[in-house]
Amino acid sequence: MNRVIGYLKSLLLLELCAGLALTFKYLWRPKYTVRYPMEHLPKSNRFRGLHALRRYPNGEERCIACKLCEAVCPALAITIDSAPRAEDGERRTTRYEIDLFKCIFCGFCEESCPVDSIVETAVHEYHFEKRGENIMTKSKLLAIGDRFEKDIAAARAQDAAYR
Amino acid sequence: MNWIIDAYHWCATNFPTLTMAISLLLFPLLPVIIAVAMYVWWERKIIGWMHVRMGPNKVGPFGLAQTFADVFKLLFKEIVYPTSANKKLFLLAPLWALVPSLAAWAVIPIGPHQAWSDANAGLLFLLAMTSMGVYGIILAGWASNSRYAMLGAMRSAAQVVSYEIAMGFSLVGVLVLAGSLNLSEIVNAQAGRFGLFSWFWLPLLPMFVIYFVSGVAETNRSPFDVAEGESEIVAGFHVEYAGAPFAVFFLTEYANMILISFLAPILFLGGWLSPFPASWGILGAPGWWWLIAKAFFFATVYLWFRASFPRYRYDQIMRLGWKVFIPIALAWVFVAGCLKYAGLAGADV
Repeated sequence: MNRVIGYLKSLLLLELCAGLALTFKYLWRPKYTVRYPMEHLPKSNRFRGLHALRRYPNGEERCIACKLCEAVCPALAITIDSAPRAEDGERRTTRYEIDLFKCIFCGFCEESCPVDSIVETAVHEYHFEKRGENIMTKSKLLAIGDRFEKDIAAARAQDAAYR
Repeated sequence: MNWIIDAYHWCATNFPTLTMAISLLLFPLLPVIIAVAMYVWWERKIIGWMHVRMGPNKVGPFGLAQTFADVFKLLFKEIVYPTSANKKLFLLAPLWALVPSLAAWAVIPIGPHQAWSDANAGLLFLLAMTSMGVYGIILAGWASNSRYAMLGAMRSAAQVVSYEIAMGFSLVGVLVLAGSLNLSEIVNAQAGRFGLFSWFWLPLLPMFVIYFVSGVAETNRSPFDVAEGESEIVAGFHVEYAGAPFAVFFLTEYANMILISFLAPILFLGGWLSPFPASWGILGAPGWWWLIAKAFFFATVYLWFRASFPRYRYDQIMRLGWKVFIPIALAWVFVAGCLKYAGLAGADV
């Protein structure tokens, strides 16, 4: 008897109709798609994007060439040379380079930095057009820091309680 | 309409070949190609929506020009011939698939006796044309000199041949009730006094379902698309095709789907007849728009199936065709005969 009922059920295509009903219901759902270049999803204040070197409000660069970031970098993407500065003899970097092709955006450099100098900004939309542009030099990093200082400071302030 | 027909006759008597060529280009080729392009767009939209995505929306308004972009990309691509493939057969195959599927449009009426060929044996012609197409697929699989293509062609052939039987029997029911092979006569036979309920879908309900499901299987569409079986035979019979020949196969598949979607309303849902009573004015009047609307519904159901069902296993397909559809269709031929004899259904009800 059960077999007959099962046979009749499959003959009436009940399960298939249930499946069709389900997809029909989904047809009217609001779509999840984000129209990317026009729409953006909110980013975490801990987002790890393009790097930057920050300055103090008086314009002095923060980096003291302690080379902790260079030491901690698991991908060996950071290269630092240092020397006393000509004007006042303070220890500063003469060369600070990050190879973005090596970088894995782990954020260890940011975490290790005792003076909050090297940071990762929320910028993730960038590209290279020529060979060698993947090497972020000190001047480039400082420029990015100057340009996004407001956003960087705001993101750090939001996260301050957890650091 | 009359002046168009007069002009056509004037051209046909004075420039017969040219008239033939141009009219064949205007119908069915051009409308079918545009319909296929729109249909592909609609498929991607519908499936996208059912996946809670948006589907193409960048090229042109609402992404409508997406298909044209894809088609032109395909046409500009190189045609790759597999090593030791039979070049002539390799190129003949897509044409062999396409020509019958376009030829079948000759007998599709968009109004009472408004078809290229108002043939008396229209339905027979249709059956012949739809089964011709499978040779193109077999040829493609054979000429490609590839195992995957060969397997795909074999699967496709077996499937189409099996489902043709079930489909043929479900059409026998229509013939019994309508008493004619002419498609216009079949639609006219459905114009009974019960309106919507005089159409053949009600007395032939199981056959209606069998017809449409067999149609899906005949066109090698999901959930019966084992001939393409991406997971096991890559793309089936057209695995070796690229560029324009592939586009032709693509066109054929969708043209066949639209054809089946047009046949379903003509045979079972009263073609151009209105589902509303005649007293409802414009809504109750018969017209080609009803045929288009019904065909559009079936075309959408095709896509709905694709978005909903996983692919059948091959032996299940065969089981469904031979052990379920054919017995039911056979039994219902008898039922249809009884209904006709008792005067409960058919041309005069």
